[in-house]
Amino acid sequence: MRAALLIQRWYRQYVARLEMRRRCTWHIFQSIEYAGEQDQIKLYNFFGYLMDHFTPANRNLISHIFRENEICRDIEWERYFCYKNIEVPELYSGPHLSFPLTVSNVADLVEAFKNKQQLHTRYVLQLLLESWKLLRMLPNINQVSTCQTKEITICGDLHGHLEDLLLVFYKNGMPSVEKSYVFNGDFVDRGKDSIEILLILFAFMLLYPNNVHLNRGNHEDYIVNLRYGFTKEVLGKYRLHGKKILKLLQKIFSWLPLATVIDQKVLILHGGISDTTDLNIIAQADRHKYVSTLRPPKRRWVASGGNSTAGRHKVNGRMDNSLQRHCSLAYNSPLRSRYNFQSRSMQNFSSKVNLAVEEELKEQRRMAGLSQSYHDLRSSLSSDSDSDNYETYEDDSNEWKQVIIVDMLWSDPMPQDGCIPNEVRGGGCYWGPDVTEKVLRRHNLQLLIRSHECKQEGYEFCHNRKVLTIFSASNYYEVGSNRGAYIRLGPDLVPHFIQYQANRSTRELTLRQRYRGTFSLRALREQLFAHKSDLLYAFQDYDTDNTGWISLKHWATAVEAVLRLGLPWRVLRSQLVTTTQDGMLDYQGWLRELPITEPKTESLLETMYKQRSNLETIFRIIDSDHSGLISFEEFRQTWKLLSSHLKMEISDEAILDMAVSIDFNKDGSIDINEFMEAFRLVDRTMNLPSEPNHTKTDE
Amino acid sequence: MADKESAEAVISEIHRRIAEAFNVFDNESSKSVDVREVGTIIRSLGCFPSEAELHEMIAEVEEEEPTGYIRFEKFLPAMTKVLMERKFRPIPKDVLIQAFEVLDQEKKGYLEAEELKKYMTQEGEPFSQDEVEEMLSAALDNKENVIFYKDLVSKMTFEDL
Repeated sequence: MRAALLIQRWYRQYVARLEMRRRCTWHIFQSIEYAGEQDQIKLYNFFGYLMDHFTPANRNLISHIFRENEICRDIEWERYFCYKNIEVPELYSGPHLSFPLTVSNVADLVEAFKNKQQLHTRYVLQLLLESWKLLRMLPNINQVSTCQTKEITICGDLHGHLEDLLLVFYKNGMPSVEKSYVFNGDFVDRGKDSIEILLILFAFMLLYPNNVHLNRGNHEDYIVNLRYGFTKEVLGKYRLHGKKILKLLQKIFSWLPLATVIDQKVLILHGGISDTTDLNIIAQADRHKYVSTLRPPKRRWVASGGNSTAGRHKVNGRMDNSLQRHCSLAYNSPLRSRYNFQSRSMQNFSSKVNLAVEEELKEQRRMAGLSQSYHDLRSSLSSDSDSDNYETYEDDSNEWKQVIIVDMLWSDPMPQDGCIPNEVRGGGCYWGPDVTEKVLRRHNLQLLIRSHECKQEGYEFCHNRKVLTIFSASNYYEVGSNRGAYIRLGPDLVPHFIQYQANRSTRELTLRQRYRGTFSLRALREQLFAHKSDLLYAFQDYDTDNTGWISLKHWATAVEAVLRLGLPWRVLRSQLVTTTQDGMLDYQGWLRELPITEPKTESLLETMYKQRSNLETIFRIIDSDHSGLISFEEFRQTWKLLSSHLKMEISDEAILDMAVSIDFNKDGSIDINEFMEAFRLVDRTMNLPSEPNHTKTDE
Repeated sequence: MADKESAEAVISEIHRRIAEAFNVFDNESSKSVDVREVGTIIRSLGCFPSEAELHEMIAEVEEEEPTGYIRFEKFLPAMTKVLMERKFRPIPKDVLIQAFEVLDQEKKGYLEAEELKKYMTQEGEPFSQDEVEEMLSAALDNKENVIFYKDLVSKMTFEDL
């Protein structure tokens, strides 16, 4: 019947359009997320730059993050944890814990969190103390056997999504002597209940130490936390003792084991592997020395000069390969292109500055812990000098291990053979099926389970089903974006998957609502707004007759050239450009519509807007005592440093103007939250339909 | 403000559009996509093929020995031809509404859920259970349990392209 056919044709087309949008949304979020992660690394390199180039006065601003934790000895740590002085008031209605923990304690804890209650500081500190004591005794690699525990459940990234953890417990049962669990890192950041998840996991670990295993993720890192929300969450929920809690967690994170192996056949770790992964070396490392996997190398390293690498050469014959990998940037290595990603550095902001290959190389090496130039390294490798300085030898093998550990926590698999630096994230590497083969064979393993990447179905195989990604935070990007999943592994070591999606209302969302993807569009519009000036220049380049109009084709090309996110702009165009005439766009009008308010000091505000996450991170770092305030002088200095690093001209007057227009407290100190609020106001005025219930928090 | 572009420029722009849409589904940058996604790609480029027409096209771009994947090399020329020849044109709104009116024999202005379900699963190129469930969940007016098709057509039409 023709009518039916017509309707079916039309409807199928409609569904296809929605599906396309949904897939694009996915790519948008991923590209923006990874670009953000890159920024983080670049920000870190910025700090390295500061340390190298500025006066002691400036350096003090942030040198504390490069210092070893002041309290080193265990006894002092135990004293520092001092929870005994903290009284629990009568009015406190939350859960009470007694140590050693009992089953009902932990059940109460979970129940309390389900009811949005908070655990009292005293108990938090106690719990953390006990957890730290336990973690210290664990090896770098947990060895687990199914003969004791029958089935094992493996969860991936949770990222503060308490609903998902509760959902897993509901569907699968809570951890017990009968029910073992492995939690594969990234418990915190992004979601709003990171501390609750952490406390639950630690509690279960204390209760069932032989059955609950935690692996460290790249987000179990205080520097990453500064940017991605965990620090803010803790300070917000524990106003008085938040700083102490965070400081303790710094140490505790570094004591988290790096991997778990089941029946000596299945390797579970957070990020992945590289061509240099060697479990024997990893097992011997002092994992707690790597408080942050983003930490720059210690100074004395560089002073040791050529001798040092000879020592390293002795440590690990395989090193050459990795040096090769790190140095391959000098030889135009094929950048992995998911969508032709290009490496973005903070310096690229003023697009006139182009990083020379050598600069890029230096950045990568600094990050990997190698500060010497490529030439020095090569020459010292070929020389046969003895390392007469034992201390530096130690340093080197530590730096070397740091590379291996960074790889374990940050790497991603790729379809092609080989092993290349992970330019997208800025840390770790991309490894191919041949590397999987090699590493698995080296250790007689049959499967690698990792997390670190969000997958639409919650899990995904690759590399001939030898690598399995498991991700447990559903609706990670926005409501409806993806399902979460967990794995059940029995003695046969065949993985079984259970998928889920938190937020009951997802099922009720209509077809169109589910695929609306307004959140991703909003994120995209933010990016566009942040690049307004550059976009204007690019458009004007195409508008040779100065008519104020350009073709949609040129629009797409220009946007990609400026933003470099590798997104399908022609596919997205209909959602971003709503008013055109005869296939032409009034670009100035379009740019004007991106936000509603026209900022006065335009380029300065644009810069700040784009860098706001970085700025917030910097501020929080400067605010070393976590008071929420920095002095105007500190603010001014930071801004000057940042702008000189970005090769931008900023006068004191301009900074003062900016300060005045954002209305700081008159006592000369700046409330960080107030400052960041200014950006949230810009967000709100961008006139986009808001999603009523979204689980992803803004940072 | 007509765009005086040469035919070449028009074609290269078309190529770029096709490449973009294709790449959205090319997860491994392997220049090929799962054959089951080809329909989505073609439709997302603004075409309204029937299932039969779709299968014809797939047969054209498939390998000699079907691998389950369609390569970009073969897809590009075929799709370019489709777009240049303006095949599988969109269905005008009024024609669509007329189609609904044919089903709505009593001219009520709406269709019962069961009615629509019956037609969609028994006539033309039938929907699967999943497809019809999804359509109903999107189309059904919750309060009155019927489908006001005129509203539906307005709601489910993309204005662009």
